[in-house]
Amino acid sequence: MDSFTPLSGLIGGLLIGGAASLFVLLNGRVAGISGIYGGLLAPTALDWHWRVAFILGIAIGPVLVGLLGGGPAAIVIDASWPTLVVGGLLVGYGARLGSGCTSGHGVCGMARGSPRSLIATMTFFSTAALTVFFMRHIWS
Amino acid sequence: MRQTLAALCIGGILGAGLAVSQMMNPAKVISFLDFFGDWDPTLAFVLLGAVLAAVPGFWLARTRPKPILGEAFAVPTRRDIDKPLILGAILFGVGWGLVGFCPGPAIAALTTGLSGVMVFFAAMTAGMMAFQLFPLK
Repeated sequence: MDSFTPLSGLIGGLLIGGAASLFVLLNGRVAGISGIYGGLLAPTALDWHWRVAFILGIAIGPVLVGLLGGGPAAIVIDASWPTLVVGGLLVGYGARLGSGCTSGHGVCGMARGSPRSLIATMTFFSTAALTVFFMRHIWS
Repeated sequence: MRQTLAALCIGGILGAGLAVSQMMNPAKVISFLDFFGDWDPTLAFVLLGAVLAAVPGFWLARTRPKPILGEAFAVPTRRDIDKPLILGAILFGVGWGLVGFCPGPAIAALTTGLSGVMVFFAAMTAGMMAFQLFPLK
């Protein structure tokens, strides 16, 4: 439990949600990352400027945190390469099929009281927890 | 142009939030999802903070005829619970649980250059393209 970091978690969360607030007020859109990135992959994407800018911003943000004293972000990946491939395919396909991911459903959808997002969020948290339970406590 | 600049800055804030909260660390995410292991509740605080800070934006947006930099709001309006929503969320959750990355953190972690991040990001992109070619309905 020494890894429990509620304060930085809450502050980081406020930044994520604050970004979602700004995005809907300024650009009029939901800050759903799978939708914004997935929209770039459509052959007829005419509105790619802001999508690319948003994705670039997400990639640059952690670098700025590092430069401003946060140090490089810790990234620990336990999954093997085959698991990374299967997981990536499922996350990409599932997010598009289900019209959203953690940001679109979990943050924006919950904040605007969308019943679809509430159901989606409860579903993916449940299946994710079940998957971890299976991988950590049954499979291995 | 102004919308593009806003998207860059707002994406930057979001990416910073993913770093500060450690949401972009798969091990941290997995330890939240592992209720029967050494459970780390941090992610609940991330989600709580994020939803709390997103509420005022969507609430204020309802009182305005249009966004500050745009002509019209493009916020989803559907309310029906259908099969693609549930099936998509199930698949997404399994993938998220397998690795600990969801789309935002995977993008936020790209600049680390770690091969694991690249593999996941490429597979996620392929999964999204696969949906465009074969959309289950």
